[in-house]
Amino acid sequence: MALLELRHLTRRFGGIAAVDDVSLGIEAGEFFTLLGPSGCGKTTILRMVAGFDLPDGGAILLDGHSLADIPPEKRPLHTVFQSYALFPHLSVADNVGFPLRMARVPAAEARRRVADMLDTVHLADKADAYPHELSGGQKQRVALARGLVGKPRLLLLDEPLGALDHKLRSAMQSELIALQRNVGITFIFVTHSQPEALALSHRIAVMNAGRIEQLGTPAEIYGHPRNRFVADFIGDINLFDAEIVERAQGTLQFAVAGLGHIVAPTVDSPGRRGVFAIRPEQVHIIAADAPTELPNRFPGTLREFLYVGDVTTYQVELDSGVRIQALLPNAAPARPQLAAGARVAVAWAGDAGLFLHD
Amino acid sequence: MTRERLTRWLVAGPPFVFMVVFFVLPALIMVAASFRIPGEHGGLAPLHEHGAWQLTPETYAFFFSDFIYTEIFLKSFLVAALTTFLCILMAYPLALLITRVPKRFRDVMILLVVLPFASNFLIRVYAWMIILGPQGALSAAVNRVAGAFGLEPVALLFSPVAVVVGMVYVHLPFMVLPLYTNLEKHDPLLLDAAQDLGANAWQRFWRVTWSLSLPGVYAGSALVFIPVLGMFAVPDILGGTGDILIGNLIKEQFLGTRDWPFGSTLSIMLTLMVLASAALAMRLARRSLAHA
Repeated sequence: MALLELRHLTRRFGGIAAVDDVSLGIEAGEFFTLLGPSGCGKTTILRMVAGFDLPDGGAILLDGHSLADIPPEKRPLHTVFQSYALFPHLSVADNVGFPLRMARVPAAEARRRVADMLDTVHLADKADAYPHELSGGQKQRVALARGLVGKPRLLLLDEPLGALDHKLRSAMQSELIALQRNVGITFIFVTHSQPEALALSHRIAVMNAGRIEQLGTPAEIYGHPRNRFVADFIGDINLFDAEIVERAQGTLQFAVAGLGHIVAPTVDSPGRRGVFAIRPEQVHIIAADAPTELPNRFPGTLREFLYVGDVTTYQVELDSGVRIQALLPNAAPARPQLAAGARVAVAWAGDAGLFLHD
Repeated sequence: MTRERLTRWLVAGPPFVFMVVFFVLPALIMVAASFRIPGEHGGLAPLHEHGAWQLTPETYAFFFSDFIYTEIFLKSFLVAALTTFLCILMAYPLALLITRVPKRFRDVMILLVVLPFASNFLIRVYAWMIILGPQGALSAAVNRVAGAFGLEPVALLFSPVAVVVGMVYVHLPFMVLPLYTNLEKHDPLLLDAAQDLGANAWQRFWRVTWSLSLPGVYAGSALVFIPVLGMFAVPDILGGTGDILIGNLIKEQFLGTRDWPFGSTLSIMLTLMVLASAALAMRLARRSLAHA
């Protein structure tokens, strides 16, 4: 049985469904992420699980028991808020000790658990400091420690890394993974940042307009997006309207708007219309006149490139006028020396890319 | 003189000079007066007479020679403390309520809190004479209840009760405003966090709201406690003959008995007491506010 189960969960604000008939199960020990653009309903779900908001329909079950009649303070779960919500008048130790105090844990035991927890988040030397004396990353760790010290069944994390700068965020991501593994507490993580979701989660529910678009492991979501929204939202991707023309040589011939015919894998039959999706890292850039064994090859002109250190993203305008994005690692020895305006060709394998239904 | 220093003097200079001339100097004159000898027909006797300086600490000896003065001081302290306590009790829920109503009502409610200032202070206190007076409906109601329990009829007016009622009434806005200013700044998310971490309604109030509002409570208390200590108009109007407070005593020395040296002594004792309690309050406040 799932630790937390959402059954047909629905929440409407002024006639608009912020959460629309969402059902899912979260297993004990899982790092589960609700991912979606702002306004997709992920935070509303979190607030309903925490008890700060009530569903208009459906049920939330913890260990098979409905949480409907249990007020937030009695639910065996804690929340880490985006702005941390540390108590400014309490020291770090008292902040972390707050849930234990509320639970009337004996003082000696509480002190020991607070000290252990501060050790775990590497803040033992800050026990007597006050929140305003801490850096953003330290506040974040105090908030985590405060959420974990009471050994809740579930820890809800509402965009907890949103307020940190890039470097600190990567560091905290690694810490978060290690922390979750060490304490063995189930995490429900809410974020709009897809790299964060991919890096942290065991499973991800991609949400849009109150519904779950796809639920799966990071690799499933990234490698096999189920529809245009998921493909577009997770990572960079080239999307082209396409129609399957014929089955040949074990693969399918597509008619793709602006590309002509291509070879790509699909299980669908001829006549089917949809979207052809291909990741930039699957698109190769070769010299305009270079021979290639790749079945899909289109000549074009390099328009722009974006150098970000480890990789470079190239925008190639094909002779048909369609633009396609390719991504090459800068460490590749054969990286072509390219300038905007250069004549090139893009090519990709016959088993690369996906055919998606709209 | 650099430009910045000149600017600083131009900004801070005038109020500084004003305070020296109209506060520090008079206070020093008062200290000097407390050691002088009263004039035959009030005021002060000449400072230099019969070939000697006419200075004496005897007003201080006099203050401590009769317990009645210490008693009046203690009673004033008690009234001030009680008034402060009642003001907190009444102002806190009101201030909290104002922070929770929709924004557009807040300014109106704050206006209502300070509206009494628009009418004359004495008139407002006199109004209480009518409310508490023996012909008043309140007095009748209280005595009917008292009668039902077999108690003697009580007079509300000209009693310590009337004095405290008047004091609370006059000073309540001075408690509401600093409390509101403080409570309004609280992050409501902290209450959510506390609830999420297991705090029930009472614990949320006590551990979060109240703790965070202590600066406001201290500020309001100072604004109520100190003026009440020196207030003479309210006990004059609403108190009985026995309800003399420090303010009345001092006023009596200057305007009635015309014993200026003793009046000065009482003023100085009052100032010392206020300073002592302010120092104590600040120590308390600093301990709890150091990190808020």
